[in-house]
Amino acid sequence: MSETTLGGIAGRMPKFIRRADPAVLTAFACIVVLLLLGSLYSRSFLSPEYLLQQLKVAAFLGVIATGMMLVILLGQIDLSVPWSVAAGAMMACAAAAYGPAGVALAIPFGIFCGVLIGIVNGIGVAYLRIPSMIITLATNAVAQGLMVVYTGGFSPQDSATGAMRYLATGFTIPGVPNAVIIWALIGAAMVFVLTRTGFGRTVYGIGNRERAAYLSGVDTRRVVMIAFAVSGGLSAFGGVLLAGYASKAAQSMGDAYLLPSIAAVVLGGTSILGGRGSYLGTVAGVILITLLQSILSVMQMPEAGRQIIYGVVIVAMLLLYGRAPASR
Amino acid sequence: MKDWRYWLAEQRGTLLALGIFIVMFVIYTSNHPAGFTANVVQTAANKGVLLAFVAIAQTLVVITAGIDLSVGMIFLLTNCLASWLVVGTPIQTALGVLAVLAVGLLCGAINGAVVIYGRLQPIVATIATGAVYYGIGLLLRPFPGGSVNEDLADALTGRVFGVVPASLVVLLAVVLVIWVPFSRSVLGRAAYAAGSSETAAYMSGVPIRRGKFAAYALAGLLASIGGLFLTFFTYTGEAAYASGNAYTLFSIAAVVLGGVSLFGGKGSAIGAIFGALAFRTIGDLLFVFDFDPLWQPLFQGIILLVAVSLGAFALFRVRNRLEWFL
Repeated sequence: MSETTLGGIAGRMPKFIRRADPAVLTAFACIVVLLLLGSLYSRSFLSPEYLLQQLKVAAFLGVIATGMMLVILLGQIDLSVPWSVAAGAMMACAAAAYGPAGVALAIPFGIFCGVLIGIVNGIGVAYLRIPSMIITLATNAVAQGLMVVYTGGFSPQDSATGAMRYLATGFTIPGVPNAVIIWALIGAAMVFVLTRTGFGRTVYGIGNRERAAYLSGVDTRRVVMIAFAVSGGLSAFGGVLLAGYASKAAQSMGDAYLLPSIAAVVLGGTSILGGRGSYLGTVAGVILITLLQSILSVMQMPEAGRQIIYGVVIVAMLLLYGRAPASR
Repeated sequence: MKDWRYWLAEQRGTLLALGIFIVMFVIYTSNHPAGFTANVVQTAANKGVLLAFVAIAQTLVVITAGIDLSVGMIFLLTNCLASWLVVGTPIQTALGVLAVLAVGLLCGAINGAVVIYGRLQPIVATIATGAVYYGIGLLLRPFPGGSVNEDLADALTGRVFGVVPASLVVLLAVVLVIWVPFSRSVLGRAAYAAGSSETAAYMSGVPIRRGKFAAYALAGLLASIGGLFLTFFTYTGEAAYASGNAYTLFSIAAVVLGGVSLFGGKGSAIGAIFGALAFRTIGDLLFVFDFDPLWQPLFQGIILLVAVSLGAFALFRVRNRLEWFL
């Protein structure tokens, strides 16, 4: 309905706008509106320092949302993000306590733990055909249980390694935080995989209709499992970066990333039913969510208000362009 | 087939859950230092009933092939609200209880409206509405506190005739007043039909939208009854994010243990109740065997993982591989 009317207007617009997804355009328009609103509140909102700082904060969410997007493109969902993030952070910090070898292997080990969680999810979804939201909730609970047993219920005392801190807070290129560079690299890799490789095309195919992809001779179950493993690994890597940023891991550090990562992907125009969406949209969604968070915290909105505004904004945006077709 | 065999096939999940519960409860009480006494049963019932209410709520939605990831948050919100409203004279208390139940119903109705009339995916929509409900709960109770009419609380968490836990009586009453009429009504059948095949139900002129809406709204109501009971047990309101998430998670576990199909159209609230009681008893087994309480989250997570994996055995019966891909 909305697409035909938009198509009529878009027909008179330049080609690059006509070809863009209306959802992505809406998301970018919302970013501009948020920035303008913010600049009314305080002049410093449009300063390069502030914007760069926002990009740096957005990078952590961006890395996590990249994995989430891959899974959502399949028409699945990964609800194990909170404790994949925490497990990645805690295990990386824990490895750092085991001498020079531990310090060197801290980051790979943290990511490896996330990949393990993702593989369990993937086996459940792809081979046991368990609905993804159920199995990922279950693995999230198991990961939480393991971390609680390991840490004794407190935040672990081990601190992040120098490499983790350097990745999260350092500068390789003057003026550009490393976290932003990492996000850009991961994003570029994701765009390449999604648009230029067979794996990426298969992901879109499975999201549209897994039966058809299977009948086309694709081992869809392997693709689904790899996608979940990548999602787990990226969540854990996000956790590693966060631990580097805060110099240590904390019990519930991942809880604040589940809803935003799903919201960022969905607000960026990726269909929650799978098969449709672009990485550019996810980037827009991540920046949108980060700016919204930042403005709410600058306005000293308490946690309760933030949660309410979050939920309302997500439902409202979904109602704008995330609706399923009517059953007629 | 004879009639009773149909009945048995239909109730298999429920009976299995009942069986698991009885076995677990026997192990639990026989190893409990106090043994099988009215006190032990009362404590177990009070803990189990909380989850049972939330599990019935989840069942109502799961039957329509949806999922409600906000039940835990409605449970928290109504807990916080009850700690303000359910106080004072008997009349004030009664009005407070009604208000809390109405808010629960409203939350459920909002979920239903967003999912059915807004045509959004239940997972994302209820995660988002759950955030809103949690935010409101946190507004009501930034810090744990509040109070409740203690006479009512003690009456409903105590024992009837000194033997039967009052919470079980309330649970039975709720099942008889809400679940049984609903599941036999046109709307209830419509909810089942929508869950087993929405297209077929739509083509047959079944009122699927109203049926699903009723299921979501009643789920909110059931979650608020759970929230009321939480207030009766703790005498306070607390907006604890982790606790809300845990109840959502455990409600799904209870529903799965209770033989309710996550693909919709199959199962009953009775099964989910036994699933909830069984899940709670399994969690408590750790205590009677003197394990470190730190292991409890891991233990419960593994039970959940195993419970949801059991459904995979149905794959062995699938002849055509295409049936894997729903």
